[in-house]
Amino acid sequence: MATSLREYRAKIKSTQSMKKITRAMELIAASRIVKAQQQAAAATPYARELTRAVSALATFGHVDHKLLTENPEPKRAAVLVISSDRGLAGSYSSAVLKESERLVEKLHAEGKEVDTYVTGRKAEAYFRFRQRPVVQAWNGFSDRPEYANAREIGDVLTAAFLVDPDDPETGDPERAVDELHVVFTRFKSMISQTPEVIRLLPLEVVEGTEAPEQGDVYPLYEFEPSASEVLDALLPKYVNHRLYFCLLQAAASELAARQQAMKNATDNAEDLIQKYTRIANQARQAGITQEISEIVGGANALADATAGSE
Amino acid sequence: MAGTLHVELVSADRLLWSGEATSLLARTLDGDIGILPGHAPVMSVLADGVVEIDTDTKETWVAAVDSGFLSVAADRVSILAESAVMSHDIDLERAKNDLARVKAEGNDDEEALETVRRLEARIRAVEIAS
Repeated sequence: MATSLREYRAKIKSTQSMKKITRAMELIAASRIVKAQQQAAAATPYARELTRAVSALATFGHVDHKLLTENPEPKRAAVLVISSDRGLAGSYSSAVLKESERLVEKLHAEGKEVDTYVTGRKAEAYFRFRQRPVVQAWNGFSDRPEYANAREIGDVLTAAFLVDPDDPETGDPERAVDELHVVFTRFKSMISQTPEVIRLLPLEVVEGTEAPEQGDVYPLYEFEPSASEVLDALLPKYVNHRLYFCLLQAAASELAARQQAMKNATDNAEDLIQKYTRIANQARQAGITQEISEIVGGANALADATAGSE
Repeated sequence: MAGTLHVELVSADRLLWSGEATSLLARTLDGDIGILPGHAPVMSVLADGVVEIDTDTKETWVAAVDSGFLSVAADRVSILAESAVMSHDIDLERAKNDLARVKAEGNDDEEALETVRRLEARIRAVEIAS
């Protein structure tokens, strides 16, 4: 009995130290979410002004742009999967990956080739393990994305979209994509994050989340140097910013999922500690009882022996 | 003077400066543009360069802006930049060292030229502000 008591004590100890670790991770994730939300809030003025400008341009510019034009026969689609660098976040990564599988299936069913781009080590490992080609992967920033990351990704994807397949010089039908989809996780609340798919290219200019104020009519702008050049400069920025938005949402979701997972782990550790403590106490008591009955039995036998000899 | 301009200087990750201004000077692809209150609505692409804002309290704010964009409408000016720094946040020594290093490397590809332009804009921003 004494051995198992020691075993239970050792188990309690190791569970306690595990609980400390998960508790610490939970707290770290909780504090980072606040930061991620602040980052998202700090990015809103830019989003508001940019959306305003793009909407004004789309309303008055009357210009076509390749990033806005739909290919009548889309043959190849790019999918960007935004996942995390680390696990320990419950079903966060697998939910995104499942959603992206569904999207890929759908695109295949529509007769499109799919090019996969990923961010985050988890998704990269997932595709590599299944030996599926990934065109390009970025990682190292999943829980704190910077605008520069979004810009890097945006530049690559926009370039892939702008490749002209009919141009004999630069046209590479292997690289030209007609559509760009992004799979990311939308942060709805601390307890609910859902994977989502948005089609980023060709662009559909959406108004900001707030409806324009009453009487907020776009004035007749002059464009310098020209409307099309302004559009050329603005639209890639718009794409980059939408990507940045997705990265921020994904980061907040990842942290929230991690916090939730670590909270569950801590709770489980507490349950285990309680269970083991009870078993250990039982074992201790059983040991004591046994010792007492041994002593009593021994004493009785001794008393019987002395009584018999008298 | 007819009122003031409401200026917002925004970079991709935060709002850098916002407030009332009496005039504003920026560099577009076509050349410098000055904005006074009552300016006609305009949208313009900015070159990597310096934006100067004179406020109604006689202060001057200077920022180095790259890949920026300017829009003016109804005395509301917004300057959007993928990255921008106010002059008081610029480390002049570091910018100068970086510039010297990039120039010493002697690359003349697009990327190096862009870095040189950006660093020169920063240094100029500090010089104008001081």
